[in-house]
Amino acid sequence: MTELLQFLLSGITVGAVYALVALGFTIIYNASDVVNFAQGEFVMLGGMITVFAYKAGLPIPVAALFAILLTAAIGVAFNRVAIETARGAPVVSLIIITIGASIFIQGVAQVVFGKELHRLPSFSGDDPIRILEATILPQSFWVIGGAMVVFVGLWLFFTRTLLGRAVLATSNNRVAAQLVGINTGFVMTLSFGLSAGIGALAGVLITPITLTSYQVGIALALKGFAGAMLGGMGNPKGALIGGLMLGLLESVTAGYLSSQYKDAVAFVVILAVLFAMPQGLFGRKATERV
Amino acid sequence: MKLSAKHSTLLLLALIIALAPIFFPSAYYFRIGSVVFVNAVAVVGIVILTGYAGQISLGHAGFSGIGGYACALAPVHLGLHPALAAVLGAVVSGVMAYLVGRPILRLKGYYLAVASLGFGILVSMVLANETAITGGPDGIKVADLGLRTLLADAGVPLTNAQFWYAFSGICLLIGSWLALNLHDSPTGRALRALHGSEIAARTVGVDVARAKVTAFVISAVYASVAGSLIALQNRMITPDVAGYMHSIEMVTMAVLGGAGSVLGAILGATILTLLPQALTVFQQYEQIMLGLVMMLVMIFMREGLLPSLTALVRGRGE
Repeated sequence: MTELLQFLLSGITVGAVYALVALGFTIIYNASDVVNFAQGEFVMLGGMITVFAYKAGLPIPVAALFAILLTAAIGVAFNRVAIETARGAPVVSLIIITIGASIFIQGVAQVVFGKELHRLPSFSGDDPIRILEATILPQSFWVIGGAMVVFVGLWLFFTRTLLGRAVLATSNNRVAAQLVGINTGFVMTLSFGLSAGIGALAGVLITPITLTSYQVGIALALKGFAGAMLGGMGNPKGALIGGLMLGLLESVTAGYLSSQYKDAVAFVVILAVLFAMPQGLFGRKATERV
Repeated sequence: MKLSAKHSTLLLLALIIALAPIFFPSAYYFRIGSVVFVNAVAVVGIVILTGYAGQISLGHAGFSGIGGYACALAPVHLGLHPALAAVLGAVVSGVMAYLVGRPILRLKGYYLAVASLGFGILVSMVLANETAITGGPDGIKVADLGLRTLLADAGVPLTNAQFWYAFSGICLLIGSWLALNLHDSPTGRALRALHGSEIAARTVGVDVARAKVTAFVISAVYASVAGSLIALQNRMITPDVAGYMHSIEMVTMAVLGGAGSVLGAILGATILTLLPQALTVFQQYEQIMLGLVMMLVMIFMREGLLPSLTALVRGRGE
C-alpha cells in the first residue's frame, strides 16, 4: 500500500509535466491545426535557460521569468518565420518543418549549453515531506501547483476574456473568425507564445527533480503527445487528465514492472488509443477515417 | 530507340556507380561510396512512403535496427547464413510495420509520425537495454557474409572496400529498379492518387488504408535491408543504427533531394553523406544543419533539390 501511494505521488508529479506539454500541444493544434513536434524543445529551453541565467548570478525567480519570456519569444519567432510562411502546406510538410525546428533547437542547445546534464537547486529545499507512509519532495508541490495554476488560468482566459474567446473562435472556424473581425494572425502569434511559455514553465519546474540536457525534448514531446491523444486531441481538459494518467501509468509500470521500459508506456498508450478509441477520452471532433 | 524515363534513370545510376571509381584518389573513397549507397537504399524506401504515398515516418531507423541485429543474432542463435539472416530481418521488419501501421493508417494525418517516432525509440531502447542478447550500447559482432571469399575463389579478387562498394551499389540499383517499377504499377498509381487526395482516391476505388499500409511495409523492408548492409559491411552493429537521429537523417536526405523522385533522393543521400566527410566542422553542427535543411527545403523548395532544379532548367529551355 505504501509502495502504491509512493508511485502515485511520483506519478502525479511527472504527470503534471506531461499535462503541461499536452496543453501546449493542444493550444497550437487548436489555433492552427499544426502538430508541433518542437513542443518538447520549449520544455528543454525553459529548464536550460534558467540554469544558465542562474549560474550567471540571477536569482531563481528572475532567471525563470527570463527563461519563460525568452522561450515564448522563440515560439513566436518560430511561428512567424516558419509556420506562417508555409501556410497552406500539406500536413507532412508542416510535420517536417516542426521536426526540423526541433532538431535545429536541439543542435543549437548542444553547441551553446554543451552535452552534459545540468542541475538546478530546488525552490524550497530538498527535505522530503511525509504523507502517511510515503514521501514527496517539496519541488513536486511546485510542479503540481504550477500545472494547476496554468490550467485554471487558461480556463479563465478561454471562457472569461474576449481575447480567449477569439482564440476559441479561430480554432472552431478560421474563416468565420476572420469574417467577424478577429485578427487570426495575432491569435496564431499569441497561441505559439502561450504554448512555448507554458512548455518553458514546465521545464523550469521539473529541472530540479529530473535534471536537464539538450536531448530531453523529443521524449517529452512524445509523452505530451500521448497524453493529449489519450485525453482527446484538441481538448484542454483531456490534455490535463490524459497527461496525469500517463504519468501515473508510467510510474506504476516503473514500480511494478520495469524501470528500464517505463518510457515504452507512452508508445503503448498511443497505439492502444489509436486502436480502440481514436477520439480519446474527451475528444469532440470525430477523427477522420479513411 | 528512345529509352523510357525509368530505363534512362537506371542507366544513368549504373553508369555513375560504375565510372565513379575512375576518379577515386584513394581506396578510402570506395568505403565512402558504399556508405552513400547504403544510405540511399534506405532513402529510396522513404521515397515510396513519403514521396509516393505522402505519409511520414519518424522511426524508420527502428527497422534498420531490426535488419542489422538480425544479421548479428540469427547466425549465432539460429545458425542461419548471414544472407538468410538479412532476409529474416526484412520479414520481421515487414511484419512489425504491418502490425504498427494497420491500426494507425486507417486514420488520416499526423498519427503515423507520432506512432513511428514511439516505435523507433522503443526499438533502440530494447537494443540498448537487453545487454545479455544484444551486447548493449557497445554493440555486437556480425558474421562474415562470405561472398568476397567466394568471388576470390572464382578468380575475382577484390579488396574489402571494393567489394562492398560494388555489392551495395548493386543493391541500390535493384532497390531503385523495384521502386521505379512500383511507381507505374497499379499500387504505385494508387499511392500517388491518395497522396493527392485520399477522398478522391477512395472515390475511384482505391482501398486507401490498405495502400498506405503496403507503402509503409515496403519502405520498412528497404530500411531493414539498409540496416543489414551496414551490419554486414562493418562486421559489427551498435544501437545507434536504430537511433532517432538516424531516422531524421533518412527523412532529411529524402526531402532535400526530392522525396518524389528516386534519383533526387539518391542525390540527397549523397550530399548529406558527403558533407560531413568533406567538412569536419559539420560533425559538431550536424543537427543544426539537418534541422535547417528540413525547414528551408519545406518552406522554399517543397519538391526538393532535383525536381526544383529540373523544373528550372526545363523552364529556361522552352
